Amino acid sequence: MKSSVYVDNNATTAVAPEVTEAILPYFTEHWGNPSSMHNFGGSVKRAVDAAREKVAALIGAEHPNEIIFTSCGSESDNMAIRGAVDAMGGHPHLITTRVEHAAVLGPCHYLEDKGYRLTTLEVDEKGNLDLDVVREKSISGKKTVASIMWANNETGVIFPIPEIGSIVKEGGGIFHTDAVQIAGKLPIAVKDIPIDALSISGHKLHAPKGIGALYVRRGTKITPHIMGGHQERGRRAGTENVPYIVGLGKACELAMERMEKDADHERKLRDRLEAGIMASCKGARINGDRNNRLPNTTNISFEYVEGEAILLMLDDVGICASTGSACASGSLEPSHVLRAMDVPRSCLHGSIRFSLSRYNTDEDVDEVLEKLPVIIKRLRELSPFAND
Amino acid sequence: MWEYTDKVNDHFRNPRNVGAVENPDGDGLAGSLACGDALRLTFKLGDDKKICEAKFQTFGCASAIASSSALTEMLIGKTVEEAEEITNKEIIEYLGDLPKQKVHCSVMGREALEAAIYNYRTGKTLDKKIDGEVICHCFGATDKEIEKITREQNLTSAEEVTDACKAGGGCGQCIPEIEEIINRVIGEEQAKEEKPKLTQLQKIKLIEETIDRQVRPILRRDGGDLELHDVDGNQVYVKFVGACVSCPVSSVTLKDVVETQLREAISDDIVVEAI
Repeated sequence: MKSSVYVDNNATTAVAPEVTEAILPYFTEHWGNPSSMHNFGGSVKRAVDAAREKVAALIGAEHPNEIIFTSCGSESDNMAIRGAVDAMGGHPHLITTRVEHAAVLGPCHYLEDKGYRLTTLEVDEKGNLDLDVVREKSISGKKTVASIMWANNETGVIFPIPEIGSIVKEGGGIFHTDAVQIAGKLPIAVKDIPIDALSISGHKLHAPKGIGALYVRRGTKITPHIMGGHQERGRRAGTENVPYIVGLGKACELAMERMEKDADHERKLRDRLEAGIMASCKGARINGDRNNRLPNTTNISFEYVEGEAILLMLDDVGICASTGSACASGSLEPSHVLRAMDVPRSCLHGSIRFSLSRYNTDEDVDEVLEKLPVIIKRLRELSPFAND
Repeated sequence: MWEYTDKVNDHFRNPRNVGAVENPDGDGLAGSLACGDALRLTFKLGDDKKICEAKFQTFGCASAIASSSALTEMLIGKTVEEAEEITNKEIIEYLGDLPKQKVHCSVMGREALEAAIYNYRTGKTLDKKIDGEVICHCFGATDKEIEKITREQNLTSAEEVTDACKAGGGCGQCIPEIEEIINRVIGEEQAKEEKPKLTQLQKIKLIEETIDRQVRPILRRDGGDLELHDVDGNQVYVKFVGACVSCPVSSVTLKDVVETQLREAISDDIVVEAI
């Protein structure tokens, strides 16, 4: 398959060559079980512990044993929400936002169906939360479990997690944040922020798919969802996915080392891409707060054209991106994130997300800037609304 | 990633008949910006009253563009009466196939065609009046529209209705109501298929035929037989002959063979008695 220009890094990232290199010996030589008593297994346990330290370092956790390895970001989100609700007992009040990832909305709606009260916070047209509303809605006199994402996968918009955490903790609630998109891209330090639990995903930061982690602050109670083993100190049973844990550790280490450099690089490319598109395509609109975003993400709507058609034509010329269009997803509704932001209807179906990584180049941006305007123009010529 | 047929890909990437016909004889629009797809179809008739030019403008995904392009090709050379017969299924067949979640793209083609023909006949724009009660508020589908598409395409689940016309594909709150409509339509269609009402004479003839063809061969294998004695409403009187007369299980044969066969052929409330 041709993929000359990959600008869909919020969907998944290339596994870093350093990560692959770190993983391979754990298939070929060090395949022992970390729970074994012999040294063959014991050496593997040390590798798992070293990876745990690296993950803890990336997110600024005080104790490495606050990190629980999981299979993915979605598992981390499910475990945090359902585990916190279960451990809290009674019927805690759930709080989330309209723009969360499905891995958060799914368990929240499940619990709502089971009779839990769920409050879903609105965002404004730039995708930001109003802290006064957060305060008003989350103090209900009941115990609360709040799950609010750090950075949005579709628009890159960043929520003020330290402030939200303080509000939730003031009310005595448990606060979880889905940090899947921000981890590795911008510095975070959970030890200084009132966060009880935080999810990350390996494949969004150049580790493989199939590995994630959940940070659970020391003292926070979360009922395990996989029981029957002492692994992860009894909080998630099952023999560890050692090679991928080692890979996640390596990816976190790399992200730590390169974070500032990578963020600058991605921001520069993103800004040039965005400015180029806005200059060359009429009727384009940037979705989300431009001053409060991840450095690698831009979400742009093209009026009067439909996203799937744009994507397929981009794909024809080897450019990989994403759309919030309904037609591309199998569901019939356009992006819940853009709808929550009241994006005008003429723009709702024609949104394209470009998300960059450390591996993108100036040539990639040139390529998109050369091909995209032609595609938009071609689809506009087909559209019955374009001349209105 | 959708699996589109080569023909869909071809019509999407090399759409035929793009644009609007100048001074069209028919001009119709289906869909809207809000729904995420829309199609404007225009056509012109030649001196032979056949469509000589058809063009489209589409806002929508690959399969919406391909369905529109295919429709224009299908229209050219047809009279309006012939064009009117084109169904959304024929558009799908023309394209090889469409993923089931994309069937509504072909329905949009059919709707634009209806609107364009209406415009040709009346000179007016088909103002899609809300006919019936809006059931699906996300996509503005009414009970009558859902009923029509369920009946026309023999749909049996809310999922199929969503694929065909989007109704139910948004928030999903209306799915129970869509299911109610489907159940009602299925019930009505089944009632139509039920056995036709027979006159007494027709019924007697059918009973005789059934006995001859379905019952006698079974009894004769064991040296038995029966004769039809009388029919009174749904009450059928028969007389066993031959080996059946002295057979200890003839009462079982009566119910399990004779009555079962007659009920299947004629009506569920047939009762058979031996005299």
